[in-house]
Amino acid sequence: MNGLTIAVPRGALFTETLDLLDRLGVDTAEVRSNDRRLVFPEAGLVTMRPSDVPTYVEHGAADIGITGKDVLLEQDEREVYELLDLGYGSCRMVVAEPEGESAIEESIRRLGAVRIATKYPRIATRHFSDTGRQAEIVEVKGSVEIAPLTGLVAAIVDLTATGKTLVENRLVEREEIVVCSARLVANPVAHKLKAAAIDDLVARIRSLDGALA
Amino acid sequence: MIHPIPPGTRDVLPDEMRELRALSDGLRAEFERAGYGEVWTPTMEYEDVLRRGDERAAGAGYRLFDEHGQVLALRADSTIPIARLVAARYQDAEPPLRFCYFAHAYREVHRGSAQAREFLQGGIELIGPSAPEGDAEVVALVSSALEEAGLRRHRIGLGDASLYRTLLADYGVPEDERLPLLERLSRRDLVGVGVSVERLGLPAAARDVLTTLPALRGGPEVLERVSDSHVAGAIENLRATHDLLAERGIGDRVIFDLGLVRELGYYTGAVFEVYDPAVGFALGGGGRYDDLLGRFGRPLPACGVALDMQRVHLAQAAEERLAREEAPA
Repeated sequence: MNGLTIAVPRGALFTETLDLLDRLGVDTAEVRSNDRRLVFPEAGLVTMRPSDVPTYVEHGAADIGITGKDVLLEQDEREVYELLDLGYGSCRMVVAEPEGESAIEESIRRLGAVRIATKYPRIATRHFSDTGRQAEIVEVKGSVEIAPLTGLVAAIVDLTATGKTLVENRLVEREEIVVCSARLVANPVAHKLKAAAIDDLVARIRSLDGALA
Repeated sequence: MIHPIPPGTRDVLPDEMRELRALSDGLRAEFERAGYGEVWTPTMEYEDVLRRGDERAAGAGYRLFDEHGQVLALRADSTIPIARLVAARYQDAEPPLRFCYFAHAYREVHRGSAQAREFLQGGIELIGPSAPEGDAEVVALVSSALEEAGLRRHRIGLGDASLYRTLLADYGVPEDERLPLLERLSRRDLVGVGVSVERLGLPAAARDVLTTLPALRGGPEVLERVSDSHVAGAIENLRATHDLLAERGIGDRVIFDLGLVRELGYYTGAVFEVYDPAVGFALGGGGRYDDLLGRFGRPLPACGVALDMQRVHLAQAAEERLAREEAPA
């Protein structure tokens, strides 16, 4: 695409990102048909985990990339430029806990702090400190929903799109922290040295009907 | 038995050291030829002195106590120490004054990133000349030094630190809203800038300028696109700097970048950043700091640039590799 290398997130944003690229005239047939291959130099695409996108873009291994705002908030030390809110992949970062009487408040009142499990320790830490509450953040890598059900923690901070996983695990949302959607990010040097190509891409995305929220 | 060193610091062995030394010798010779004499200042300064230059002490990350309980800080750049030096040791000297330095600076590192805790900076400071002549001299010297070092494709990003600040003040944006906006701009969170500007409830024209300006970059033609009279002076200065550089034959090295805001608080005018297409991060930067020397008692306009020597070395190696690949076998 315009001689740019684009970091494409696999996972929840994958299909919609490929749809967007199709509408921009990038041939994604090969990417869709071959889920073992990760690098597609003929289309200027590199596919990776969403949380790796800022890393590749920061170092200039990709000129631009697409990833979730949740990833950018969690890795806020990464030097990437956030150019566009692409609108899709919308979900919310929330505090949730098991149904019934709230254990969060009781824990803070009686024990001084509340234990929170999350895959997003920075966002969780910032949220509780911004709201003036002490929290002990426990980082987990896998399904965070089981953490309160097993007694590891009182509550969780996690991303939810439909709320279905929360309901299935008998968890209820207590607080919304932030709404996240897919973002277009750029490498700081490419943003200057390939300014025309990047501006052209941004303008074309903006002109697509209904691409932006 | 392997004993660790702190993350973000490094040992340098002879092969790399020879190359780093050759690189800094080349830059030093270029700076000296242009009349920039080398100075050396202490690695540690009184914290109060650094704070006099910048309220965040230029981002100093390491503090210690001396035997009298005074707080010392490891310098985070050489610009504030040189401002102190000029005020103390060149009280009556007739400007212009020109200095270069090759010195380690220290900053804290963030989790999980490859930032350096200790890094070697090579830089120049030009004290006395105002914009645009002073800005052009500094940019031209850095550019010729990089050319000399083999960075044939380097570029210099040129913006103005006062641009956005002036616009916010002139549009009557409340003081407490300005800082978060500038902070978002310095990270180039353009989505966040857009959202914050939207919330200010400004007239459409002002809103338009504030959201489009950070994306304006390219050749001198981008300056045409800013018609707001409040910033006419800053734009005129950028144009004049470009003209002076064009006269020296290096006008096309410059990429105007009107959203460029350097993190340090002491910049008052033009700001620079140095790039090479072979590496994905800026090799260095600097700018004009007309108020800094006054804080130390010698009010003089000044400007300077610092290069991260290890990053320049990285770019040099990448350019050499490219040149080898391009050359016929």
